[in-house]
Amino acid sequence: MNQEEAFETFKSCAVEVLQVTPEQVVKDARFADDLDADSLDLVELVMALEENFNITVDESELEGVETVGQAFDLVIGKVG
Amino acid sequence: MSTVEKEIRKRTVGSSSSPNYGIGRGSSIIGWGSSLPDLVVTNADFEQRLDTTDEWITERTGIKERRWGGTTCSLATAAARSAMEMGGITADQLDLVILSTATSDQTVPATSALIAGELGYSCGTFDLDAACAGFTYAFVVGHSMLQSGLNNVLIIGCDTLSNIIDKQDRSTAVLFADGAGALLIQATTGESCLRGWDLGIDTSALHLLWCEKQGFITMEGKEVFRKAVRATIESANSALEQSKLTSSDIALFVPHQANKRIIDAAAQRLNIPEDRLAIVLDRTGNTSSASIPLALCEAADQGRISKGDNVLLAGFGAGMTWASMVVRWGK
Repeated sequence: MNQEEAFETFKSCAVEVLQVTPEQVVKDARFADDLDADSLDLVELVMALEENFNITVDESELEGVETVGQAFDLVIGKVG
Repeated sequence: MSTVEKEIRKRTVGSSSSPNYGIGRGSSIIGWGSSLPDLVVTNADFEQRLDTTDEWITERTGIKERRWGGTTCSLATAAARSAMEMGGITADQLDLVILSTATSDQTVPATSALIAGELGYSCGTFDLDAACAGFTYAFVVGHSMLQSGLNNVLIIGCDTLSNIIDKQDRSTAVLFADGAGALLIQATTGESCLRGWDLGIDTSALHLLWCEKQGFITMEGKEVFRKAVRATIESANSALEQSKLTSSDIALFVPHQANKRIIDAAAQRLNIPEDRLAIVLDRTGNTSSASIPLALCEAADQGRISKGDNVLLAGFGAGMTWASMVVRWGK
């Protein structure tokens, strides 16, 4: 899976879980301010990402993750 | 009527003194009941004294109000009494009573002994603790005793969590509450009401939700959320598989009432639509062992389930314990 395909998968997870439009899911978007996501929304998004990318993300790894880009980098780092 | 049927018929209406250890015994749920304390604590009440809002609590939990008060014995006794009245069973006809609770009134005797004192039964009785998953554990154990020869088994789920929360802690005080629910099962000549079940524990979650002796509940909410959704789904699927059913065969899904978003996330992944969900959480909060029977009893009282319907119960609790079962609704 190349980066573009991976981001499309990431985007579809975010659209479904956070109930936002695909256009809103850009790398600069901040989860809390731009996507109106609360802490449990992020937990649910991580669950969806774990299932779709077949990865495991610990709670501690999510500290400091505030933007779509940061979350995507975390995922890509695990997919390899 | 065959000799065997006559014998079972005689036993089901007879005294508790002569268990008959037969095989192939059927079972049916013949009574149910629930009980809540009178004191209603609303989200607005918390707004008055904690740094929180109705909107925050509602969005993250689905809880609008909860009930606090009473003892485990008093709530459990009231729920048990209703179930016995509906089933037409008196205290001397009971063969076993199991109380699922994590909040016994005293260290000894067991709270089930106190309930026996109130209701006047003298059959076997004990407390069982598998945290919030306990009611289903108790049902599975009680049902196996019924299959071993007992005729009337009463299962009660009751907790008074208001005694073990820090009422100044906004992260837990708004979640936990008090209540009780009970089911009465009876041996029959028909099919078994318990179609499939799954019990288990994931000890990697031991540190996520706990309460010291004389202490208060502490919880790592986000990690519990994630593990709870997965435990509920996996356990529910195991119980469905054992029952040789799929979620489309389920008339009503009764999940542990901890958090509406856990319930929605699990139901969605199990392909169970909103109109087949039993929810009391908005009015009861998380009542641990009482949550599943409270939701089930309300749905039954509202006529949402009929005789023969398949009902899926699934829950999780501190440990993280989990428990699911599919029952064929009776009465």
